[in-house]
Order: sequence, then structure tokens, then C-alpha cells
Amino acid sequence: MKSRYRINYSKNELMRYTSNLDVQKSWERTFRRARVPIAYSQGFHPQPKIQLACPLPLGFLSENEILDFVTEEKLVIPNLETQLAEKIPPGIQINEINEVELNQPSLQVQTRAAQYRMEFLNQLEFSKLSADINLLLRKDNIIRTRRGKTYDLRPLILDLVVFEEESLPKIRITLSALENATGRPEEILDELLIPFQSVRITREITLLK
Amino acid sequence: MENRSQFLNQLEQILPLVEKPGRYVGGEYNSIQKNWNSIETKIGLIFPDIYDIGLSNLGIQILYEKINQEFDLLAERAYAPWLDMEKLLKENNIPLFSLESKTPLSKFDILGFTLPYETLFTNTLNILNLAHIPIHSNERNENFPVIIAGGHATYNPEPMSAFIDAFLLGEGEDIILDFIHEFQKLKNKGVDKNTLLFSLSQIPGLYVPSLYKPIYQSDGTIEKIDRVDPLVPEIVTKRIVGKLPFIPKKFIVPSISVVHNRISIEIMRGCTRGCRFCHAGMVNRPVRERSVDEIVEGIQEAIDNTGFEEIALLSLSSSDYTNIGELLDKISERFVGQNLKVSLPSLRIESFSIDLMEKLKGARQGGFTLAPEAATDRMRNIINKPISDEQLLSTAREIFKRGWHTIKLYFMIGHPSETLEDVKAIANLCKQVLSEGHKAIGKRASVHAGVSTFVPKAHTPFQWVACDNPETIKMKQELLRNELKGPGLKFNWTDPKETMLESWLSRGDRRLSKVIEFAWEGGAKFDAWQDMHNHEIWMESFEKAGLNYEYYTNRTRFTDEIFPWDHISTGINKSYIFEEYQNSLNQKLRNDCREQCYACGIIQNFKDVRQINPGNSWMCPEVTLKSRKNEISLPN
Repeated sequence: MKSRYRINYSKNELMRYTSNLDVQKSWERTFRRARVPIAYSQGFHPQPKIQLACPLPLGFLSENEILDFVTEEKLVIPNLETQLAEKIPPGIQINEINEVELNQPSLQVQTRAAQYRMEFLNQLEFSKLSADINLLLRKDNIIRTRRGKTYDLRPLILDLVVFEEESLPKIRITLSALENATGRPEEILDELLIPFQSVRITREITLLK
Repeated sequence: MENRSQFLNQLEQILPLVEKPGRYVGGEYNSIQKNWNSIETKIGLIFPDIYDIGLSNLGIQILYEKINQEFDLLAERAYAPWLDMEKLLKENNIPLFSLESKTPLSKFDILGFTLPYETLFTNTLNILNLAHIPIHSNERNENFPVIIAGGHATYNPEPMSAFIDAFLLGEGEDIILDFIHEFQKLKNKGVDKNTLLFSLSQIPGLYVPSLYKPIYQSDGTIEKIDRVDPLVPEIVTKRIVGKLPFIPKKFIVPSISVVHNRISIEIMRGCTRGCRFCHAGMVNRPVRERSVDEIVEGIQEAIDNTGFEEIALLSLSSSDYTNIGELLDKISERFVGQNLKVSLPSLRIESFSIDLMEKLKGARQGGFTLAPEAATDRMRNIINKPISDEQLLSTAREIFKRGWHTIKLYFMIGHPSETLEDVKAIANLCKQVLSEGHKAIGKRASVHAGVSTFVPKAHTPFQWVACDNPETIKMKQELLRNELKGPGLKFNWTDPKETMLESWLSRGDRRLSKVIEFAWEGGAKFDAWQDMHNHEIWMESFEKAGLNYEYYTNRTRFTDEIFPWDHISTGINKSYIFEEYQNSLNQKLRNDCREQCYACGIIQNFKDVRQINPGNSWMCPEVTLKSRKNEISLPN
């Protein structure tokens, strides 16, 4: 009997520069190594039924990625956990596995928002950063263009706090991740005139509906 | 430690700026990272092109697994950084580092380059330079890593002799550990570099170029090759393994997409066909096969260890593997239907090959590849690859009938004594194949003609012949371009400038080290990349070195000429290669040497190896104890 499972996993330094497509490939290979009976689509080019919730931009780390996969038969979750534990690549760490209903809508449709942590790799004056952020948040609109389309970044920012840890400033931000309204952390950095390569961004939570 | 965290911080801020940063982070599944501080000897294995190309290299994979199995050794990898990364490394004064532990390459004891083709030479210099290591062997004392190289392009090591300390000739599986263990002993004694190299030269198969000195005649050819010491071997013979020993099963699984995302399983090494142009066919003798069961088990284990979706069965001529039918039956029985793709290169032109491909269902998408190499009987006799037009056409007909829409045909222009008639015949044959396609399946049929240009290689029967000059090549390509036009026909060719580069590097002598160095200084790198190749730099470098490139490319060699690589032996005697050269001039064919041994020299030069590996895994005749009874006494 076909079954659907949901894995919550972390993506660490070693997979930081692996694209979503390649992450999907890595999972496909992990399942093959672990001999998990993944279901494939029909047709001339059968594809494994594996889907990621919300694409993670290249170079981001994550503590909370969500992936669904369909198997040809029902599995026992503790066994699955053991099977996978030895076969996952070093850049991935599994946090949790659950069974979900087979006919749930796709994960992309279910994703609502995502929370990120931004850590600055170089010294940065905290008060200046706070002031800049306050200025940004006070705006009614932040009009930007992405791939030739104009959009307003301001309503996509659901929450934003700036704080200090080990004398380095950090930002925690929640951005909308709906299908047609996705905010990106690097766009905030761009508004703050901070080069993206000087910041380590980690997705802390992926929020489903 | 402060430096280290500073470096990692620097690296973290550089990586987001380059294309595909995943090339530089390592940490792939099956990659091995040992504790640097607890290991006696550290070896860096380098494929001198980008990660995407180098990762799947089988030679590196074999050595990586083999070395890392030893408790006191570690092997880590490095590749050529792409231009963007090179620029940032230089700007930030970061020396090139290994993927696993991110250690600068200069901190390793040994750096081993694999050089499967000549167009990697400039990259090798570039990598040494990026690692802050002097490029010249004689500028590096014992405090620098020992730089070694191996691979097909090192059967003529001379052009790279100024840069490489020692070449490991032939199959690396055994010699690598012999070399490392000797190195460890010498290092513990604290010897200087000259003593080290001299002692290493006593290992069979290990060539130390600085211990040899070619003496040139006034016409530029070699008079003799002197040795610095009579104890240095006069001839260095390549190493072989008696039995194909080691199927690597823990292939590194890349976390980013690379060129070949697959498991490669070598089913057979060497080839008995004796095509006279073929370097691989000459230097990889004798033919040794793996058993069907070993291969099938190897595939299963490799899938379980990697999860790869594609398996490539490697050999120089798949059709010649003795039990190919049985092998494919077992593979399809066990693996087909598991969403795996199995690829089988180098099939003979006969309908049996189609049966073989059909056993690997689902392979029809890619087109069916055949390599006739030449299109007239005269040329086929010269290159010793006989195949009749009729056989090619009937095979093509059958391929189209059985469901393939595309046939890829590989030819070469520039074979010795080729005329425009021979070239025109290539176009005609392609059209005839297409017309078979039209008859069988109508307008859907297509033919892709891949026509490369022949480069004479060292250690082959054509090592005496001239390479076509660029004007002739252009004329021949122009003819083909005009002929191979129209719907259903596609024509690919090689830029004559690339052919020239390959040609002078393949049969160059020691003096070419200067040319390579000047070219690299002038900015030449990634010469294997079509759009990166810069002909002008090379022309200027020849001039600067006071050499003429035509001397290396367009000159027919004297029959009694001493070649720059004559002190390197592939196990095949020069007299045999010369005989084959004469046969080509007389258009005389020679059979597959499995049918009849032509005494190429392999059995003579490797009789000990053959004797302890009897039976039919080798395609060569047996060596009986009789011939050596004086040396061996058997207990009664």
C-alpha cells in the first residue's frame, strides 16, 4: 500500500552549496542506498516521488527543511530511521520522520512562511544596524523588482528582531513563503546595503499552514 | 588555530561569490577524512581540471580508496579551481587547499597528478603555482611535497619532465604503495631530495626524469639518452597488475551535479584488436577480464554504497568481453526495472551489438554509436580496423528497424596517406547510412557524424608518421562540411589548432618543458576547453623557446630515430611496433591477437606476471614453467 512520509531535516555546512535539485538527487540516492521502496511516477521518464517544501537558496543553512516522499509500501518508522541513519550524506541530519496522509496537497502549497537567522561574519555596529532596520520597518512600502516584476517587500516581512549574541549582531526574521508571495532574506540585506556574502543565513523554521 | 579560523572565515565569504561553490567544499558521501595529526604520510590526489570533470575519474577513485585503507596514510583530493575561484584565491592570498581537511597542498608529503591527456599540462603548473609550490622540480628541496604523476599522457613523460619529480608508469594499483612505503623509509632517514629521488628510481616502473639526460644531434633528433649513474635503470618498464584487483565500490557521491554522475565498473582492461592509431589499445596490454560474477556483485555493492542511478561498464571494446551476453543477461535480470540506467560503450559494428543494447532496455533514447573510423577499405587496412561498408549498412538498417532514430558515427580524418577521396567516402557513407534510416523509419532518422582528427601518439605504430598540417585538415573539414549538409545530418569536427596542440605535446621531447612553461606564464590553462584554448600564446612560446612546432607535428620520423620516450617501455617491443608500421605501409591487415599471438613483447616482458596468473583471465598465451625450469625448483 502506497504511503507518504515527511522528513524534517537540517542542512549543514557540507551541503550548504547544494542546490534544491541536487538536494533532491541526494535524497533519491540516499533512499536507494537504504533500499527504501520509493514510488516513481508513470511515463517515459519515471521520476521518484520526492518533494521539498520550500526551496532554500544556495548558500543558506537550515535547521528545519521539510521533505515528503511516497513509498510503494507501508514502512515502520523506527526501522526507517535506523535504515536512513547510516545512509544520509554528512551534510544532512534527520530531525524527525512522520507518516502523513497520502492525498494531502503538495508541500509547496502547504508552506506559509519561513523564519531565518542572519549572523554577521564581520564586526558591525549594533546601534547603526538597529537604526537602519527601524527605518526600514517604518516604511509603508518597500518597492523592488525581481526578474522584471515590481513587488512590495514590506508586507512580506511578518516579523523582524535584531539582537546581540557573543557581541555580534544577529537578525531573526520571518518572511512570507506563499506561492506568489515569497520574501527573501538577502533582499532585506540589500535594502540595508549589507553584502550578502558577509552574512550567514540559517533557516530556523519552515511554517506550514 | 587563529590562522585556521581566519582562513575558514575568509573562505566562507569568498564561496558565495563563485559559480558552483559546491566544487570546493568536499564532504561528499563516501569521501574520507582522517585525523590529519595522527597520520604519518599524507598524499594529495589531484585531477588537474575542474571538480565537475575530475570527480568521476576512475584512477583517482581507485587510488583514493586504496591509500585510505592503509592505517598510516591518508589521501585527500584537489581539483583545478575555475577562473573565478582562482582570482579570489590569489586576491586573498589563499594557497590552494584539499577538499577534505582544507589543508594547503604544500603541507602534504606527496602530491600525485593524474594526466590522462596532454591538454592538462598547463593546469598542472597552474595548480602548483596556486598552491605556492615552485613549478620546477629542481627548485623544490625536501621541504616541499614530492610531485608525482601518472596516467596515459605520461607514457611520454618528457614534455613534463622539468616539473614532475617522478612518474609512476603503468597501472597504479601496486606501484603506488611500493612508492609510498619506500618514500616513508627514506623520509624517516632524513635524506635530501637527490638521494630520495635516486633511491626511488630503483622501484620498477618509477621514472625519475632528472636522472636522465638526452643528447641531441645537430638536426634536433636524439643521439642518445645518458644516465647520471649506471645504477639508474636504462629502460623503465610500466607496471601492470596480473589480475584486475580492485573494483572500487565506495565511489564518492557528489553533492552537486557533475559531468558523469555514475558508477564506473571496468569489465576488462586492454584490447586485442590492434588498431594502429589507438594509443589505449597499445599501452594497456595485456587484455585481462573480470569474471561475470565479480562484475555483477561489484555492481550490487556499488549501488548499495552509492545509490547512483547510472552504471557504466567500461572497457576499450565491450563486444570483445568473452561472456558479454551472459553478463548483460545477468545484469538485466538483476537490475533492470529498478530505475537504473546501464551504459555500454564501444560496441562492434554487427547486429549482435544491437541484441546487447536491447538487453539493457530503455537505452534507445541516446542514439546508437558506432565507430568505423575510416570509410574506404584502403584506409581500413592501413589503420587495421577492417569493416565492410555492407556490414556497416546492414547493421545500421537493423538499428533503425529496431527502434533507434539516431545513429552516431565516429570517424577520423588525417590517417597516414589519406586522400580527399578517402575523406569524401566518409560523407558518402554517412549519407548511405541515413538513406537506410529513411527506408526503415522515414524522415525521423538522423545521422550524427563525429569526425575527429588523428594525432599520432608515442608507443603506437604511427609514432613515425607526420600529423596532417592545419591547411590540409581545414581543407578536409571544408569538404565534409559541404557534403554533410541537409536534414537529418549533423557534423562535428575538432578545431585544427587543438589538434596541433595535442600533436606536439604527444610526441614532444624534454625541450617542450620550456614551451609549456612559457605558455602557462602567458596565461594558457584549461587547454582541453574549446573556448579557453589560446593558439597565439603557444605560437609565441615556441618562438620564445627557439623551437619550431612543425618539427614535432609535421615531420615523418626516421625509421632508426631514437625517440624521446624510447627509454620508457609499455611492454611492447619497438621492433613489433615498427613491424606494424611497415604492415600499415603495405596495407596489410593483422588479426585480433586472441586468434594468434604476434609476439608484441608483453609475454616476453611480463612472463613472471603471466606465470603466476595463469588461465583465461588473460587473453595472452600461457607461459609454462618449462621455460624457466632452471630458476624454479619444485618440491617433489
